[in-house]
Order: sequence, then structure tokens, then C-alpha cells
Amino acid sequence: MTELAATDPLPKPKRDIAPVLLPVALALLVIPLIGSTSSWLTLTAASLAMGMMIFIMASGLTLVFGLMDVLNFGHGAFIAVGAYVATLVLAPFAASIQADSLWMNLAVLAPAALLSMAVSGALGLVVERVLILPVYGQHLKQILMTTGGLIVAEQTLYALWGPQIIPMPLPTSLRGSFILGDVAIAKYRVLAMLIGLAVFIAIQLVLNRTKLGLLIRAGVENREMVEALGYRIRRLFLGVFMTGSALAGLGGVMWALYREQVHASMSDDLTVLIFIVVIIGGLGSIGGCFIGAILVAMVANYGGFLVPKLALVSNILLMVAVLMWRPRGLYAVTSR
Amino acid sequence: MTDLLKLSGVHTHIGRYHILQGIDLTVPQGQVTMLLGRNGAGKTTTLRTIMGLWQASSGEISLGSERIESRATPDIARLGVGYVPESMAVFSDLTVKENLVLAARDGPLDDSQLDWIFGFFPALRRFWLSRAGSLSGGQKQMLSIARAIIEPRKLLLIDEPTKGLAPAIVMALIECLKEIKRKGATILLVEQNFFAARELGDNVLVMDNGTIVHRGEMAALAADVPLQERLLGLSLEAHQ
Repeated sequence: MTELAATDPLPKPKRDIAPVLLPVALALLVIPLIGSTSSWLTLTAASLAMGMMIFIMASGLTLVFGLMDVLNFGHGAFIAVGAYVATLVLAPFAASIQADSLWMNLAVLAPAALLSMAVSGALGLVVERVLILPVYGQHLKQILMTTGGLIVAEQTLYALWGPQIIPMPLPTSLRGSFILGDVAIAKYRVLAMLIGLAVFIAIQLVLNRTKLGLLIRAGVENREMVEALGYRIRRLFLGVFMTGSALAGLGGVMWALYREQVHASMSDDLTVLIFIVVIIGGLGSIGGCFIGAILVAMVANYGGFLVPKLALVSNILLMVAVLMWRPRGLYAVTSR
Repeated sequence: MTDLLKLSGVHTHIGRYHILQGIDLTVPQGQVTMLLGRNGAGKTTTLRTIMGLWQASSGEISLGSERIESRATPDIARLGVGYVPESMAVFSDLTVKENLVLAARDGPLDDSQLDWIFGFFPALRRFWLSRAGSLSGGQKQMLSIARAIIEPRKLLLIDEPTKGLAPAIVMALIECLKEIKRKGATILLVEQNFFAARELGDNVLVMDNGTIVHRGEMAALAADVPLQERLLGLSLEAHQ
């Protein structure tokens, strides 16, 4: 390596953009297979919207996994609780939801989402203190405790709301599609994309532009050394766990609106997808989680359209392919 | 000379292994105390126990007038103890700058302190915005030490800083540690490199099987080859 003079500008960090190109390459690759441009655009928009919702739900889990080395199999409980809280808040405001005014709809929807996040975050506090704290560093017990917690949460929701599916209609102004030529893109999907993108940017800003973010990124890599520098990482753990739970709650509300229904075991199928996203993204990597979520959603949508019989295993195949390429995920942060 | 650090009858168990078996040692203020011993003697465990990374099962550890054996690692660090582990433990995903920002607990980076560090380790300036994971082993060690001295610390615990490094980098590290010493820092330094130990050490402690088996002046041990052979199994010259 050649030495730089003291006055030379400092080098910029190199960026690993190969994973970023993956979804782009996949989207371009399927164009000839799908044939119709409008179908491709619709499927791509659906993939991006679904990906953003999965990202919101998975982002907290990847930080919890990476920072705290906690296998939280109960993450789905926060999703379901978030969705149920939203139904409670929205029920008395049915008229506002049905009003044909975007602002009236959002005036009810936004507080409902915020309250769902608050309740899921508070539940996260209880879960971390009661279930996780006694089993830090013990993976098998973590699986047992958090799976048990998920079952208790689901059964409690059944007991309180009953086994029936609860409808959660989309607000009137978010129904329908934006029509661009012969392409129709659902309005709610655009909103989901915007919210997902906003959450991603907010997390990236916190992680990259604040000292708190530096601490989280450092803690994901080496908790012990963060403590040796004088930072109390247990408090950070708790904050990240609560934030992850709150984001899962927000994701639950968004998913419930997407499906227009809520039920206690609504997170069961999602949990598999979320874990796939966290693993292929690289434990603890928000960037990897973001790309992983888009990839998973693309494979689900394109795969479902092109080869419906492979839909069930398509994401497992994706995970195998990514891990063969990068065994620690798209962006490896931890050595785990 | 007052003692900044004092360990009395410290025992440490890791799982079912009894590693430290009643350590008594003192580290005088403003001096460099070398901690020598064969592999597995308990040197790293001693530093980690002082730092609270492994809890002492019994005994007393005092930093100045404060008892620290029951304190959590962050509290011990906040009392002014800097730690450079054997593994260096730089944060690979963070840039050199971010590693140092994190180490500067009390506020923004001090430009004059940074210039002082760059004087010893120009590579850190060169790779300021590079990910620490992309640095060479020697550069990582420089960063690890820079992280410990970016703010004034009462006591530095440094574990084998020259291990596996090229001679030129070892010389730079020795110069840096000498300068830190001249500024009045108190250092407890685990080191296997004789040249480094002789250049830096005021006092020496030799460990074997989890206990201190020798304490004295570094210069006296450096001059006594039979004693070196008896305590360390071979002369320090052979460790160069």
C-alpha cells in the first residue's frame, strides 16, 4: 500500500453493493418470463409493498437477534397484539374510517398505529424482563420460553376476542388503485411502501448518524467490548427489544389492513418469512434485512405467479441460495 | 509511590475451573507494571477480572479508594480504566472514526489528542473513514490502543499488544506506550516480547498456575537470566 501525504484527502469507505443489485437483477430477470409489462409492474409493486411490511416486522427481530443473541420465537405475538389493539381503537371510529377523506382516515389510523406500537412495545418490556432476562445466553431455553410466550399470547387473544376472524376494512380513501396506463397499483400498497421506506430511513439515520446507533452497531458485534468502554448495554438491549416489539406491532396493523382481517394466529405464517428474512439479511443487519424482505416478497409474488406449485418452498430455496453465496447472510455483521 | 490498583486474595472461577488462586498484587501510580508468565498462567484472566468481565469469586480489588470487585464492567470503565484486550476487539463494521467516537465517552473527539495519536499511528488517519474490519492486524492493534487513550484514563490494562505484529509496528507501539508512560499513565501490561517488556516495564509480576510467584523491578529480572529461566521456563531473550 502506498502512503498518503498528511494533506491527502482521507479515503472513502468501500460499499458492498452486490446484495443491493440482487432484487434489481431478479426483477429484470423475470420480465421475459412474465411477459406482460403491466403484470410485471403490478407484481413488482405488490412485492415492494409486501417486502416493506415484512421489513418493518423483521427489523426489530434482526437487531434483537444480532445485539442480544436472543432467539425470540415469540416475535409474532407482538404482531398479533398490535393488530388487535388497532381493531379496538378503530371500532368506535367506523364513521371516520368510512369517510371519503384521506385526512379523516389518517386522523384515526395514525393514532391507532401509534397506540398499537406503544402497547406492543410495553409488552416487549414485560417479555424481556420476565421471559428473556432469566435465559440470556441459553438458546434452548430462549426457544422454549418465547414459544411458550407466543402460545400464551395467542390463547389470551382467543379468550378475549374469540376464535372468529375479525374484519379490519381498509379506510375508504385507501381503497382502489392508482391507474397508470394499463397498470393498476393499489393505493394501500403505495402507502405501505412509503411507510416501510420511512421506517428504513429512520432506522438507518439512527444507526449511522447517532451515538446511540453506533452503540447498537458495536453491541451487535461485540457486547463485551461496548461494556468495557463504559456503556451499560443491558439498558440498550431493553430499548432495542421494546423498539423491535413496537415495530412488530406497527407491522401487525399494516398487515391486518393489507389482509383486511385479524386473527390470533395471523403471525404464524409471517414468522417463517420473518426468520428467513433475518437469516438471509445477516443477523443484526438492517440493510440486509431490508434487501432480504424485498427478495422474499419478490420470490413469493413472482414465484406464485410463474410457478404456483413452488410457492410454498420458493423462499426456502431462496434462503439456501443466498446462504450458499454468503453463509452469514447478505451483510454479515456478527460472527454468529 | 501510592498504589493505584490493589488485588488481595482474588480467586476467579470460570465454570468449574479455578483459574485465579489467590492473587495479591499492586500497581503503583504512574508506573508500568509488567505481568508475565507462561501461557495459561492466568494473566488474561487477571485483567478480565479487574475489568469485571469475569466476576471474582472472592477477594478484594481496589482502584484508588474504591472497591470494584463487585462492580459491573461499565462502572469500572467509568472510574477511568481503559482496556485493550488480546483480541483487539475493534468494531469491524464501524469505521476507524466511529470506533474512536464511541471510545470518547465524555464528548466529541479532542483534535489535539487525535493529532497526538496520529503522530504515532499515521495509518489511523489514512484509514479514518475505512471500516475497521478492513485494517491489517497491526492497524487494528493501533486502533485498539488509540481507543483506550483517546481520553485520559487512570489505569490502562493492556493484553499482549505486540503479539503477532511485524517488528516495525512493534516499535511504533513501544514508542506510543513510552509516550503514554511519560505522560504519567498507570499501566498493567501483559507482554511476552522481552524487548517491549524491558523497554517499558518499571515493575514486574510473574504468574504461574493462577498465583503471583515473583514480584520486583523489571530491570532486575531482565538482568537475571537464571531467574528468568526458573520463573518462565526460558530466558526472556528467547521471547523476542
